[in-house]
Amino acid sequence: MNTPTASPNEIAAPRRFPLREVVLFAILLVAVLGVYALMGAAYSTRMLVEAACYAILALGLTIQWGYAGQFNAGVMGFVALGGFCAMFFSIPVNDAFWNTELPGELGRVLLYVVGAVLAVVGASKLDRLGVPKKLRSVLTVILAVVLYMVVISALRGVTGEIESRAGFIGGLGLPAWVGWIVGGALAGGVGYFIGHVCLGLRSDYLAIATLGIAEIIKAFLKNSDWLTRGTATVSPLPWPTPGPAELGFTLSRALYLSVTALIIAVIFFLLHRAYHAPWGRMIRAIRDNEISSAAMGKDINRRRLEIFVLGCILMGIGGGVMTTFNSLFDPQGYLPLNHTFLVLVMVILGGPGNNLGTIFGAVAVYIIWIMSEPLALFLMQLVVNLGEGVFGWDFPANMESRALQARVLVIGLLITLVLRFAPKGLLPEKIKHHG
Amino acid sequence: MNEFMFFINNVLVAGSVSGSIYAIGAVGVTLVFSIMRFAHFAHADMMTFGAFMVLALTTAFPAAGAGFGMPTAVVMLPVAMALTALLAVGIDKAFYKPLRAHGVKPIVLVIGSLGVTLMLQGVIRLFAGTGGQNLYVDDRKEIFRMVLPLEGVRVPVVITEPQLYLFVLTLVSVVALHLFLNRSRLGKAMRAMSDNPELAQASGINTNTIVAVTWVIVGSLAAIAGTLLSLDVTFKPDLSFFLLLPIFAAAIVGGVGHPYGAIAGGFVVGFAETLAVFNWNVLLRPYRDSFPDWLELPSNLAFVGTEYKIVVPFFILVAILIWRPTGIFKGKVI
Repeated sequence: MNTPTASPNEIAAPRRFPLREVVLFAILLVAVLGVYALMGAAYSTRMLVEAACYAILALGLTIQWGYAGQFNAGVMGFVALGGFCAMFFSIPVNDAFWNTELPGELGRVLLYVVGAVLAVVGASKLDRLGVPKKLRSVLTVILAVVLYMVVISALRGVTGEIESRAGFIGGLGLPAWVGWIVGGALAGGVGYFIGHVCLGLRSDYLAIATLGIAEIIKAFLKNSDWLTRGTATVSPLPWPTPGPAELGFTLSRALYLSVTALIIAVIFFLLHRAYHAPWGRMIRAIRDNEISSAAMGKDINRRRLEIFVLGCILMGIGGGVMTTFNSLFDPQGYLPLNHTFLVLVMVILGGPGNNLGTIFGAVAVYIIWIMSEPLALFLMQLVVNLGEGVFGWDFPANMESRALQARVLVIGLLITLVLRFAPKGLLPEKIKHHG
Repeated sequence: MNEFMFFINNVLVAGSVSGSIYAIGAVGVTLVFSIMRFAHFAHADMMTFGAFMVLALTTAFPAAGAGFGMPTAVVMLPVAMALTALLAVGIDKAFYKPLRAHGVKPIVLVIGSLGVTLMLQGVIRLFAGTGGQNLYVDDRKEIFRMVLPLEGVRVPVVITEPQLYLFVLTLVSVVALHLFLNRSRLGKAMRAMSDNPELAQASGINTNTIVAVTWVIVGSLAAIAGTLLSLDVTFKPDLSFFLLLPIFAAAIVGGVGHPYGAIAGGFVVGFAETLAVFNWNVLLRPYRDSFPDWLELPSNLAFVGTEYKIVVPFFILVAILIWRPTGIFKGKVI
């Protein structure tokens, strides 16, 4: 510090009063209180719980995008996986399925799957026994196709039988939090697969692949009637806390809110520690200058995979918490707009890489999102009345559903504007300089 | 033989139809990638926008096609192409150019293009609603049934009128693109810029013009692809997320930044999809008697059900990223 040539950003910034944070959170508090005054306690508490679930998702995305610069365009898929696990583990056991020979049949087919995978993997290693590589590839592909056909036919038989005789396989009757944890693990597993394929390549490929896997997960959950009842939806899902029937809406939702707040606090604390630990510094170094961190001996692809999987786990947990709260598992209810792009807006508006900013963004954007629905309908009604009264226009009947589409436009506009005018978000990441 | 005709209808015709659409779409994506170096997610919505323009024009002038002896939608296509090209240039000026001027990472442009995707979707659905609509407003869809003069063939080969237009227009646009890229000055400048932007700029190529020309081509191609798709089935405003994956898979299979590769990739993905959902049992049924007793074929021998069609491009994408990330034609950018 005593060298006169030191540039300003090499000097350690003095600890300042966090004015910006305090002002922004004060505005947020006023907004929340305003919603409470306008809409009543039960509605507002529900909104807060949903905002808290979104905050978990946003924390997952902020470590992928903010910490490591990886863009995940398929948050929806991981949310849906978490939601499925929360449903599967928590709903009651279906005796119509378990008391027949069907579980055994299903287990046999699953064993076939394992056996087929082992056989194909074994065939792909044949070159070690001296089989020429070309022949090995041909053999592996033929074996894979034939075994796939055998297994898929057996699976179609069993699942068709389950659908016609038992409806669906039901749940496991365990507490909901087991489902949340397994959902996180499952989402992490899928994230590992995607990340393993894409993270060594250009970052665009990850965006394309995650977009694809999200649609595939949704298609699978929607069409696997034997597993999820598909479009028939599953409800109600039991809560880990006493439900509205016992405590009334406001109190039970407040209890659920405290559970989600606890989850966020734990995640926040752990992320905060990780961010300031050597591991966090390493991740940021890789994000900011890949080549120099590779030269320092960091295993770039491995660290990227770590952080991507970690983000996906958080998204899985958040999806589980959200679905349990809604008490309804509807595969068609997972939409790219609500579960991918809304989270993206929360992160880039709040401040990628800044956990506090991300939570602020999640709550603020969710309040705007919820409140914009009546506003959009009101404006549309105004336009329709005006148009019919003054100009004599003839409007089609489905104006309500179209009015809600205007929100899609607003979300898109918000993304592009924030990227252009406030690329660091409202609460930018604080970069420590060691002078 | 009837089974074979069934195969032709369900695989050859259907595969060429979706292959052509993916090919035209993938050419647009790959052109943006080679000039501006980012994955343009809003491409599928530009396709929808082009089709929507055709729909709007056809609804406004339903009788315009009669004078040309063609469906109105096809007559209106050039106008829609011009409008979509204008939109593409405008979007670039308003949203991508400022980001490029800031020198952001390509991935930020990708996110920006997702924002544009949502905006386009919002606008289209605001005006077109969310349901499907037929582009044949006043005309009738002709269906040609050709019974091949072979013994014992009863099942005809079915080709519809829009499919014929589709094949012709695909061929025309591919040839036109080829001539443009290889013969014209601008096309050569475009190729130079895709090979090395700095060198191109240093040798006196106006990169701003090239970017604008690229968007004009991309917008026109998107309008063609979107219209042809909507002619073949119906116009749906919310198609884009299902189109993005096959189009990107096609572009990557062909080697990113490689227009001819993208065409090949489009057909690879299109045929792979139709082959995967085809029920192979239909072809094997005539030989059922000659199979050994222990081999009892299940009635459904399709690889994936139609509802899982989207798995096919994803599988192709993953496979190509694992084994040959540069694509079959060795694209330059990975």
